[in-house]
Amino acid sequence: MDTSITLRVDGAAHPLTVDTRTTLLDALRERLRNPSPKKGCDHGQCGACTVLLDGRRVNSCLVLAVTVGDAEVTTSDGLAADGPHPLHRSFVEHDAFQCGYCTPGQVCSAAGMIAEARAGWPSAVTDGEVDLSDAEIRERMSGNLCRCAAYANIVPAVAAVAEAEGVRR
Amino acid sequence: MREFRYERPADAASSVALLAAAPAGAFLGGGTNLVDLMKLGVATPDVLVDVRELTSREVTDSPDGGLRIGAGVPNADLAAEPRVRERFPVLSQALLAGASGQLRNRATTGGNLLQRTRCGYFTDVTRPCNKRTPGSGCGALEGVHRNHAILGQTLEGPGTCVATHPSDMAVAMVALDAVVRVLGPDGERTIPITDLHRLPGDDPSRDTTLRHGELITAIDLPALAMPSRYRKVRDRASFAFALVSVAAALKVEDGVVRDVRLALGGVAHKPWRATAAEQALRGQPATEESFAAAADAELAAATPLRDNAWKVPMARNVVVRTLLDLGEATR
Repeated sequence: MDTSITLRVDGAAHPLTVDTRTTLLDALRERLRNPSPKKGCDHGQCGACTVLLDGRRVNSCLVLAVTVGDAEVTTSDGLAADGPHPLHRSFVEHDAFQCGYCTPGQVCSAAGMIAEARAGWPSAVTDGEVDLSDAEIRERMSGNLCRCAAYANIVPAVAAVAEAEGVRR
Repeated sequence: MREFRYERPADAASSVALLAAAPAGAFLGGGTNLVDLMKLGVATPDVLVDVRELTSREVTDSPDGGLRIGAGVPNADLAAEPRVRERFPVLSQALLAGASGQLRNRATTGGNLLQRTRCGYFTDVTRPCNKRTPGSGCGALEGVHRNHAILGQTLEGPGTCVATHPSDMAVAMVALDAVVRVLGPDGERTIPITDLHRLPGDDPSRDTTLRHGELITAIDLPALAMPSRYRKVRDRASFAFALVSVAAALKVEDGVVRDVRLALGGVAHKPWRATAAEQALRGQPATEESFAAAADAELAAATPLRDNAWKVPMARNVVVRTLLDLGEATR
């Protein structure tokens, strides 16, 4: 069943008509031609589709486009609106990928995760004050899988930005 | 995915009226379970009534020192809520032990309770499953069932089902004697959370005692005057369902157990309140021996399957470890 919606993505408003079954991920990739979020599992298990919805990281494959309303969608592409985001630079500097397919999701997830830490949100491994140790980063980023297993470089890439942002001692 | 009509009514009462008039419709919360099941062809609603922003997203104090949690509060917010972390650490810990950061941001409190009891046969439409297709059989009974239920299953007949309820949050809420507030076509009612989820009985297609059109609006947590904690054992360190989990609260005075709450996850079709263990423990010395005896009292009723008998000693040991940790905290 077709419904008219307006998606606000990376700073621009896009009126479009979608079948109610369309996920935010498919609307972004197939309708708005924004290939930044990736389709991995399409079931919320791999995190490749992660985007920020009003600043909070979500799996765009499990969000129906018709439910987004006025929320601002930010993709990894949008994080680079004013040049590469510090996370983009850090992923390059730390060689934090091989094939790169999971990277936009990793970057969006890390951006949302650092904001959560800054807000003082605990994780399953938090003991006292929030400090994004390697163990904290691994736990908080567990919703993002990397089939190339570049984790050994993803953790330091995220850690460097966390340190610069003052949420890692 | 089956075609559906999407509705976003203005308030909770309208959403209840809309769904009551749509026998094959469903409420949509965060959608982290329902949308997935729709993609798999397991859930086939013809109308989706979006309630994610219709119920409260607030956590408020109750006069008795407890908390009222709006059904729309995201799991991530509830886990981080300072009053929850301080007064009900078991609940914050359970939430943080579940799912991923992305899913916790989207999933709601009401939706977490109403995620389906499920297993790999339920989510695969090419396999037999009495829960998904009543009368088709249970693929798990003689199939892959390493992480299935050990308590309260239906092991024969058309109701056969050995799946588990995957929520961590619900296990904590069951231990906390939460009360679920519901709005339905006939008005409001409250349900003790221990009566919300069902065992499969002769109808595994129903996970809860809610009637069609009833909407969870809030969850009340009564005050808790005991330390509490959650312990979860899983196959990998993060983002995996429980093999076994334990939510517990313990009050020890002069070395004697004055009060105890105990619930188990990963062992049954519903979050399992361990009443036999609680009864066995009250008034007993707070020792490893009595904790083990209490766990044994609960697990005497276990009916493990061919490949999951290891869950019985695992559940026993996790109960003992959790109570020992709490005993040390209260001493």
